[in-house]
Amino acid sequence: MPMTITEKILARHANLERVSPGDLIEVKVDMALANDITAPLAIKVFKEIEARKVFDPYKIALIPDHFVPNKDIDSAEQAKVMREFSAQHQIVHYYEVGQSGIEHVILPEKGLVIPGDLVIGADSHTCTYGALGAFSSGVGSTDLGVIMATGKTWLRVPPTIKLDYEGNLLPWVEGKDLILHTLGMVGVDGANYRSLEFSGTVIRGLSMDQRLTMANMAVEAGAKNGIIVPDEITMAYVAQRSSRSPFVCTSDPGADYEKVIRIEVDKIEPQIAFPHSPANVRPLSQVGNIAIDQVFIGSCTNGRLDDLREAVTILKARTVARGTRLIVIPGSQLVHREAIGEGIIQTLIEAGAVIGPPCCGPCLGGHLGVLAEGEKALSTTNRNFIGRMGHPKSEVYLANPAIAAASAVLGRIGGPEEL
Amino acid sequence: MKLQGKVWKFGDNVDTDLIIPARFLNVWDKDELARNCFADLRPDFIHTIRPGDVIVAGENFGCGSSREHAPLAIKSAGISGIIAKSFARIFYRNAFNVGLPILECKEASASVEEGNRVSINLATGEIVNLDTGEEFLARPIPDFMRDIVEAGGLVEYVKKKGLAEQAI
Repeated sequence: MPMTITEKILARHANLERVSPGDLIEVKVDMALANDITAPLAIKVFKEIEARKVFDPYKIALIPDHFVPNKDIDSAEQAKVMREFSAQHQIVHYYEVGQSGIEHVILPEKGLVIPGDLVIGADSHTCTYGALGAFSSGVGSTDLGVIMATGKTWLRVPPTIKLDYEGNLLPWVEGKDLILHTLGMVGVDGANYRSLEFSGTVIRGLSMDQRLTMANMAVEAGAKNGIIVPDEITMAYVAQRSSRSPFVCTSDPGADYEKVIRIEVDKIEPQIAFPHSPANVRPLSQVGNIAIDQVFIGSCTNGRLDDLREAVTILKARTVARGTRLIVIPGSQLVHREAIGEGIIQTLIEAGAVIGPPCCGPCLGGHLGVLAEGEKALSTTNRNFIGRMGHPKSEVYLANPAIAAASAVLGRIGGPEEL
Repeated sequence: MKLQGKVWKFGDNVDTDLIIPARFLNVWDKDELARNCFADLRPDFIHTIRPGDVIVAGENFGCGSSREHAPLAIKSAGISGIIAKSFARIFYRNAFNVGLPILECKEASASVEEGNRVSINLATGEIVNLDTGEEFLARPIPDFMRDIVEAGGLVEYVKKKGLAEQAI
């Protein structure tokens, strides 16, 4: 019986010949992940179930990224809980501020996820690693606390929706625009409980950073996972970072898809998601005149090196408009260092950007750029729910890094072609 | 297991940032979370409701972040259960894991109004609008998930079953 890539990875981890959508299975977890917000609750659960040791100190990643460097005393206490637990259980992949960054940026970059892996994280954007041909999905803290003890969890095998992207991309259209456009088509629950398989010649042409952006936002359609079949780009990316041998598989011809959607990309413009839903998208040409108080470039969606490179192609020899603030946060210590090496940070600072330390920053309204009442922000992040970046009466618009950079220069939402 | 309480109605796509805004996630104490439940949408929710009350919502309740703080805040505020047309995937898991029963029922969600009193039988999925007498049947909860809720959440369930032989 033919299977999809998601079904094959799940079957392998359940020690079964095959699985079908709807099957309830128990799977072994290759990597369990939590951050400074979700880990303290997971650690509480770990203690409450009277677990004495973790299932494998090499297969747990605990990453301080949401409210670090500690934004207040309570956040400091949460980070401390995770730090002390990591020391006590000799968690190998605990990365302190200074070696760290955003969880979904550093796990791929450190080679901690490779094709065929099964990753479960107490963070909804754990689906990011599907870009590497892994099955990865978000859960809550209780599930994760139990996984830290047992290395196992239960899952229902999801039906798969295949998205075939064909055609040629217009200038300034990136992975971010493809996923925003897709969200506009299927809606915020269009893939609830389902797997999204991104395929087609357009996907094959995207860099790993752009693929990570797309898989990252699969959860914005409610998906359990987003996945891309590994190819030469995947293998080259992984070979530089991991010495483990990957389980490389592909979806069989004749695999059972719930739906196959063909998306012609030729006419897709850069996309802007309007408040207060990532699926509330409009093409750039239909945005109108929207003045912006703040632009944020960063996050697990668009805080990688490709994203910063894209931004500086626009910002070189230009300056941020008076009345607009530009905040840039490299997604990891490594991204930051490489951005310095390439002169990117210099260019950003000369343009009038302020650079923050690698972390989630204002994406979820935590710190380093929280919005006041009535303020409007254009952001390269993944969610623009009510109050997401600050005051409940502030507004967030989502876009790709090139549009964000151009908008910072214009002081309103606009594209590079207007400069 | 039966629930009974007054209904508080919510619309479609209620996300976890609305249930508990991220600015309150620097603590994980359940009473503190309960105090800030729906802070921006329905300020002072905890003092508006009575223990045992029920939330009735539309499609995709609990979408967005994986924060388990969301069902925990709702449960700790005193809500005994949620009926919705549908739930986001992670919220669905989290609710059962913290011992907050939730049921999918499109008909009840469409018909029941704010302020009505409802009763819910978790074993059978029967929902009754006690004000109008209307009856609805929710999609049944799988047995092992009802066991989790009846144990009081995944932690109690795992403890009851013994960590070594758990088949979860």
